[in-house]
Amino acid sequence: MERFAFLTFDGLANGAVYSAFALALVLIWRAARIVNFAQGAMAVAAAYAAYAVTSATGSYWLGFAAALAGGMALGVLVERGVMRFTSHSAPLNQVIVALGLVLTIQAGLGMLYGNEFRPVGTPFSRDAIDVGGVPLLSQYDVFVFAAVLTIVLLLALLFTKTSTGLRMRAAAFAPEVSRLLGVNVGGMLTLGWALAAGAGAVAAMLVIPTELGLHPHAMDLVFVTSFTAAVIGGLDSPPGAVVGGLLLGLVLSYVSGYLGSSVTPIAAFAALLAVLLARPQGLFAASKARQA
Amino acid sequence: MRTLLWSVAAAAGLVAATAMLDPFRNYQLATIAAYLCATAGLTVLTGLNGQLSLGHGALMAIGAYTVAFAQKSWDSLYLSLALAVVVTTVAGAVVGLAAARLRGPYLAGATLALAIAVPSITITFQSVFNSEQGLPVFLTPPRTLDIERWQALVAGGAAVLVMWLLANLSRSHLGRRMRAVRDNEVAASLTGVAVSRTQVLAFVISSACAGLGGALMAFLAQSVSPGAFPLTLSLFLLMAVVIGGLGSLAGALWGAVLLVALPDVIHSLTEGMVLKPAMASRLEGNLPLAIFGVTLIIVMLAAPGGLQGLFSRLLKRGHHAPNS
Repeated sequence: MERFAFLTFDGLANGAVYSAFALALVLIWRAARIVNFAQGAMAVAAAYAAYAVTSATGSYWLGFAAALAGGMALGVLVERGVMRFTSHSAPLNQVIVALGLVLTIQAGLGMLYGNEFRPVGTPFSRDAIDVGGVPLLSQYDVFVFAAVLTIVLLLALLFTKTSTGLRMRAAAFAPEVSRLLGVNVGGMLTLGWALAAGAGAVAAMLVIPTELGLHPHAMDLVFVTSFTAAVIGGLDSPPGAVVGGLLLGLVLSYVSGYLGSSVTPIAAFAALLAVLLARPQGLFAASKARQA
Repeated sequence: MRTLLWSVAAAAGLVAATAMLDPFRNYQLATIAAYLCATAGLTVLTGLNGQLSLGHGALMAIGAYTVAFAQKSWDSLYLSLALAVVVTTVAGAVVGLAAARLRGPYLAGATLALAIAVPSITITFQSVFNSEQGLPVFLTPPRTLDIERWQALVAGGAAVLVMWLLANLSRSHLGRRMRAVRDNEVAASLTGVAVSRTQVLAFVISSACAGLGGALMAFLAQSVSPGAFPLTLSLFLLMAVVIGGLGSLAGALWGAVLLVALPDVIHSLTEGMVLKPAMASRLEGNLPLAIFGVTLIIVMLAAPGGLQGLFSRLLKRGHHAPNS
């Protein structure tokens, strides 16, 4: 029972990170109809920026800020520098370009920092706090929940309560009409990429200390898991991505806790296949049609 | 008929080439042939049918492990290779069925998950797959031939067979249906093409080719291990077919040549530079990846037809030159 409680909280903490990362995928999907396969690599690059700043200054928070700013800057760079010039004649083109970015970014990081795991510190203790004699969750887990909750709330406020959010939704939903009405459609797209890349960078900062450490491939499995979470949620629905991430975090935590951690990637694959076979429109998709 | 003539010519060229090349070049030729099976399969899937797979490296691993197990039970190479094709066909059918109702990013995501899952299967069931160390592949090479020449002949023969079958497929009814689905699914289904069935079939055929490629890889290396089939391999295969040119099977050939030649060229380049050992070891594995990645992006932005597209444009221009 004790172990079950621990695995539940651990799974929720991981799931919160998957939620944030899946949310970033959904943001770009809604804005541009692209699944950003480079998001994991971009987030790792931001985490390396944080690593460099933290080792130079000794401050975790300066590094965190660097990851956020660097991640957003990378998002802008990728959209303005590459994605904008990719032909839209076939939906595959952007996926292929994103994969080119994955190879380039991961190899670039490998050349700069080498392909070994680098341990990274956390700002709060990772020792679990006992509640009534049962170790439940650590201070760091609380920090993860708070950070993800902040991201989710800020994005929700932006999209539902501000005129910028309205313009972003309009630009994604009906680009031609929005342009006629004076919305800077290209600028909204760039903003969407920046926000998504920033959310991805924060997710990487949160999850990497709990895994083996910083590595050019550190986010590969997180990407697959978060993609699965986004598909569970319907790929089009931000609340779906959050719920999907938490659900998947729980399932994978039980699998890894009771069956061994090497089973996790297989479980993620099996979960994705199961969702695609049983409910390809996801749990939360508003519309029936799913077209790329 | 034309494809048959090409294939006979290619087979004759293969026999002649293997007789002239030294063992190392023969081994490289065999490696190109093994990659060619996989890239040709991927060209059919992506170029002909417009679907994307990031899991062909994993499908190659399935073929490779099948050969390792089969060779342990019996020592009949051709039977083992055939079994590898059958097993990957089944695996491809399972993934393909899940992907049948899905477009673009879903198949890519599902096959990406497959690529990540396969190496951890070998670790989870280590009593069967022997974890990271992998398994040996037992071979009894013929007494009359060099082992490298034998490998080049077998792998090259298999590649010629695959290319011949796929070239015929591309010109058949099925090939036309695949192209129709690629270009416009709605229009294709209105003309009576079963869209999902065509997509699953394309994926299954493509998987079988990848499985044969992986089986040949195991036969060449005489061992299999998960380290030989990382996610990067799947991305490499995709890069190879895109740079080679998605439009035609010839592009798959250029891609396969590139996969073998480019790391070799880069290796000799970095050897020429004077570097600290730590820097050299970082560049060693990563520089080819970076160059592949950048090339992939540039090709997609500037020359979506790939190498083969450039060649055929040049040929056409040469053809029209006297008139213009």
